[in-house]
Amino acid sequence: MAFALRDAGCEVIYLGLQSTPAQIMAVATDEDADVIGASILSGAHLSIASDLIAERSRSGLEHVPVVVGGIVPPRDVERLLEIGVDDVFPAGTAIADVVRRVTALADGRQAQR
Amino acid sequence: MSETAQNPTTGSGIPVARLYTADDLGDPAALSERIGAPGQPPFTRGPYPEMYRERFWTMRQFAGYGSAEDTNQRFRYLLEQGQTALSVAFDLPTQLGLDSTAPAAKAEVGRVGVAIDTADDMAELFDGLPLDDLSVNFTINATAPIILAFYLVAAERQGADRSRLAGTLQNDILKEFLARKTFIYPPEPSMRLVGDIVEYCTREVPRFNPISITGYHAREAGCDAVQELAFTMSDAIAYAELLIDRGLSFDAFAPRFSFHFATTLELFEEVAKLRAARRLWAGIARDRFGATDPEAMRLRFFSGCSGATLTAQQPLNNVVRSTVQCMGAVLGGAQSIHVMGYDEAMAIPSAEAVTLALRTQQIIAHETGVTDTVDPLAGSYFVEALTDELEARATELIGVIDSLGGAVAAIEAGVPQRWIAESAYRSEMAVANLTSVKVGLNAHVEEADATELRLFELDELSRDRQLARLDRHLAARDDVSDALASLSRAAASGQNVMEPLIEAARRGATLGELSDVFRNAFGTHREPALW
Repeated sequence: MAFALRDAGCEVIYLGLQSTPAQIMAVATDEDADVIGASILSGAHLSIASDLIAERSRSGLEHVPVVVGGIVPPRDVERLLEIGVDDVFPAGTAIADVVRRVTALADGRQAQR
Repeated sequence: MSETAQNPTTGSGIPVARLYTADDLGDPAALSERIGAPGQPPFTRGPYPEMYRERFWTMRQFAGYGSAEDTNQRFRYLLEQGQTALSVAFDLPTQLGLDSTAPAAKAEVGRVGVAIDTADDMAELFDGLPLDDLSVNFTINATAPIILAFYLVAAERQGADRSRLAGTLQNDILKEFLARKTFIYPPEPSMRLVGDIVEYCTREVPRFNPISITGYHAREAGCDAVQELAFTMSDAIAYAELLIDRGLSFDAFAPRFSFHFATTLELFEEVAKLRAARRLWAGIARDRFGATDPEAMRLRFFSGCSGATLTAQQPLNNVVRSTVQCMGAVLGGAQSIHVMGYDEAMAIPSAEAVTLALRTQQIIAHETGVTDTVDPLAGSYFVEALTDELEARATELIGVIDSLGGAVAAIEAGVPQRWIAESAYRSEMAVANLTSVKVGLNAHVEEADATELRLFELDELSRDRQLARLDRHLAARDDVSDALASLSRAAASGQNVMEPLIEAARRGATLGELSDVFRNAFGTHREPALW
């Protein structure tokens, strides 16, 4: 995914695995990120997404969209959007589709500046 | 698999000809020597002379969720359904050395596997399941020494004879740095713990496989069959060198080396890969390490089939995919097999999906006749040519890794991680631009997928129960600080940590406490940014 976004002209800062919401928001602040993306495969996406959104508010980054991808059953897509995630990419979402939707969010964020 | 009918290649890029003939195999006498007889070096045709005529592979579905009590029920169910051994999935906190009460563990307790905080939890996990009579596989790496200690204490409490304990500890930390990523400590002390375990088990738990060298996760992360072979062999070489440096004899420890591969849908390349793996290892054992005992050259493996090939779209198609994968593992001569549940692109498998996965194994074992003769694809012009080509390409890549200073140095430099990422991107792009067809995903798509599955849902209260259980345990136990101090001394001095670890486990020390001792001694590892 990082390669695909890079090839679409994005600057990608990949944090690797085992990152906490606080670490992610700290990097997003330092790097002035346009979009924050998290890949979650463990099934803990609802709880982690809530933590991400809360941590985003604590960091004053409400204006930065958060997207989630990974092993997300269909029933949880709506729940993630309700939690405040801006877009969800369950397993099997076409790469081009993810790139289009993430870059649209990034463009929207750029336009606000 | 290339869709270009004119110039098809295998998934690892080996060109596939229209027709294979005897000309592709060279001198018949040399071929005979390369494939040999089953049960004899170079073991191309199988590790045992009788293979499945004597005994089917071990049917071992990977399972675990919630608390020890929850998973114990799933184990009992699987054994009732005819499963022949157990395989434990641990949750991420257990894999990362965190107690269930740790703040960072919060969202993950019992999620991708069972939560194990103490030896008591381990005893509960196997309650009513006789450990001297059951082979148990543990997918555990950074915390493998602790889990082994808990297991030995649980077995002790059952009165089980340690010399009869059978099973496998994954304990392959290199592939964690490479692909799976549940490392804790830096590579060097992590390797030392691997060595402590193998050394201890070789002496004390002789029927137990103390390591399972695993190409599976690199493959699932996106590398190809040639890379999977080369990474597995290079990692095995690194472990063998470590143990030889500690004064152990290759012939003494290598017979307990176990291996773990993926089996994807590409039937012939996978069968060829598994046959090539056995021949490669026999050659490495003999030529690099001077093995003289054939047992030290014999590669035995577990196949986990492949979750990465499954789709969330039209999920029942995954039953077909898993069947082909399981067939590939059997034709490749696996000693044990896990078949994926059809719903695993969406959640951990439901009881229904796991049962069907086990039935898939049972149907192949009992109804297809593929088990009646040893290595049925031997002599196929195509399969033998592919076996030779995969062996040659993997040997070349092992040479490249050697030239980078071996597996540890190459992984520390991030080189193979980059190869995996590039290979994964290539195959994803092939799906995106339709040169690779995935039915239901980029072809034969159904706009309104009518399949409604009853997916597994974790009982959200199981975490609360686990936290309460740990609190009760901490309140009831005696002080463990001297046991932790003695472990700390062993960690610092280079003495084998297993004895003090087992003693601390007996006394009720928790996984988090024991991991903290190692964190203090060794520090922690953070992955360098690769791009």
